[in-house]
Amino acid sequence: MTAVRCVDLCKTYRQGDQDIKALDHLSLEIGEGGFVCLSSPSGGGKTTLLNAIGGLDKPDQGEVYIAGQRIDNLSKGELAELRLRRIGFVFQAYNLIPVLTARENVEFVMQVQGVPAADRGRKALDILAEVGLEGLEDRRPAEMSGGQQQRVAVARAIVSRPALVLADEPTANLDSKTSDGLMELFTELNEHHGTTFVIASHDQRVMGYAKRIVRMLDGRIVDDIQQDAA
Amino acid sequence: MRRLRILSKLAWRNLWRNHRRTAIMLGAISVGVWAMIFMTALTQGMVTEMIRDGISALPGHVQVHHPDYRDDPSITNLIPMTDTEIAATFGPAGFSAWSSRIKVPAVITSERDSRGVTLLGIDPVRERDMIFVDYDEVEGRFLESVDDRGVVIGHKLADTLDTEVGKRIVLMSQDPDNDIADRGFRVVGLFHANVEAFEETYVFAGKKTLQNMLRVGDRVTEVVVLGEDYRNVEDEYAAVLALVDGGVEVRRWTELDTYLGTMLKVMDGFVLVWVIVIFLALSFGLVNTLVMAVFERVREIGLMLALGMKPGDILGQILIESMLLLVIGLGIGNLLAWLTIKPLEGGIDLSIVAEGMEMFGAASVLYPQLRLEDVVLANVVVLILGFLASLSPAWRASRYEPIEAITKVD
Repeated sequence: MTAVRCVDLCKTYRQGDQDIKALDHLSLEIGEGGFVCLSSPSGGGKTTLLNAIGGLDKPDQGEVYIAGQRIDNLSKGELAELRLRRIGFVFQAYNLIPVLTARENVEFVMQVQGVPAADRGRKALDILAEVGLEGLEDRRPAEMSGGQQQRVAVARAIVSRPALVLADEPTANLDSKTSDGLMELFTELNEHHGTTFVIASHDQRVMGYAKRIVRMLDGRIVDDIQQDAA
Repeated sequence: MRRLRILSKLAWRNLWRNHRRTAIMLGAISVGVWAMIFMTALTQGMVTEMIRDGISALPGHVQVHHPDYRDDPSITNLIPMTDTEIAATFGPAGFSAWSSRIKVPAVITSERDSRGVTLLGIDPVRERDMIFVDYDEVEGRFLESVDDRGVVIGHKLADTLDTEVGKRIVLMSQDPDNDIADRGFRVVGLFHANVEAFEETYVFAGKKTLQNMLRVGDRVTEVVVLGEDYRNVEDEYAAVLALVDGGVEVRRWTELDTYLGTMLKVMDGFVLVWVIVIFLALSFGLVNTLVMAVFERVREIGLMLALGMKPGDILGQILIESMLLLVIGLGIGNLLAWLTIKPLEGGIDLSIVAEGMEMFGAASVLYPQLRLEDVVLANVVVLILGFLASLSPAWRASRYEPIEAITKVD
């Protein structure tokens, strides 16, 4: 079954007196359990595509489907519900809520989902241990390094086992060892739980872990390569 | 419920993110609320005293007169019932206090001077707790019975007439046939009143003595009834109406002294206006605080929206934050008000400006009055208007597009 389907997406931004085509009649299909890296030079459209898939940004033209459901015509509330239940997000920066501890940040989505307190507490501690943050559960973001914060964000994105995880430059602020650890965690989730990953990155290490690399340029797909995972 | 819990947690922690700003805002709300309640207590205290003094000078919450007496308060307009019939009618009715009396205009003359006064013929035993004079504070003595042959006048009037306890004066009025009715009295007592004008205006004599002087037999000019609460005299009014027939006029005190009655209504309205005006000043600070708090958290709000929070949740979070701020401020403001008003309930001496106070009928000692209704009014107004003032910044925060908010650059 198809996890993500984009049909003829167009998105144009106005920058000064210039129109920038972030997506230019782009179509893409990603099957369930896919592990896709969207790669492009800066401004190539990968983040715009990721945002359109996640319902964070509406395309000017075209259709977006998640698990067969068209989402580009949903209301704000419906999109929020979709993101809450089906999609895990990892952003490049400003990932955490500053007034919550690491554990509370991880619990946040589950709490909004209505997961019982005991259940979400246990899951949060387990996932934090899994991303190597045991002992840091009660720290607030300001008391953690950039890498640690990013791992908390990843833990939050995957803790409720969403069918689809969208990650925008997840390794941008991480050292190579932490990046590898994170990508191995993604790979394990992909292989053992069938979670679909769509990662926007130009990091060669990330590309090395992906099963499929979609190269973009000026809002178009210029190359679509299937490869064996590292 | 679960959302309310997370929203409350976020709101509470965000509130203390900028301690200094929150503390300043709390200080402003607390002082504002304190000012609302404190000023209201002073105003209510002043109005209550004015009304109590006014009622004690009338006196009575409900009064019965001859239908023409209010237009022509002379002895010709007697109540068409004997005092004995009145006692038989009103006595068993169970009022907290009631009395019948003669009240007529008269001229008082001493060896040196004369003045126009209001002459009251009373039953001093029955009226002990009804009139404004404290019997125990009277220089000399107060009247002792309905047929007491002395008179009690105010200190101020005594000064004007250049008379004193033990000296004689003459009281002159009209009888029902419009003939002069006069009589010499010995001054047996001088009274003090909160309002100096009362000392100049009222002269007390025994009811029977005056009935004889005015040749009215067993008749009186008014019956007065006191209830428990001057703000609500409807029960007493209805009870008196049921006791008397159509040959008399029954009036509430608000109808008899329209100035005081209007004052009561105006002051209740003034309290509300005062509370709203202070809140409007406060609301600028409140809205500014919320706008700043939202502006500083645009990316965070975008993140929460991106993670699946609904716009309504963001709206709720900001509103809860505002309500928490207001509730804490109200708590501190109420406490401050209580702490400052309670020690002053014994009275604030304003005798230095007594004459000015008297010009509008107020006493020279102000007794602040902390009324539950006023405290509730201040709190409810602050909460409701605070909620409304917070809607705009909260609404703006909930309308952010997640991706624009996340990528916002400082």
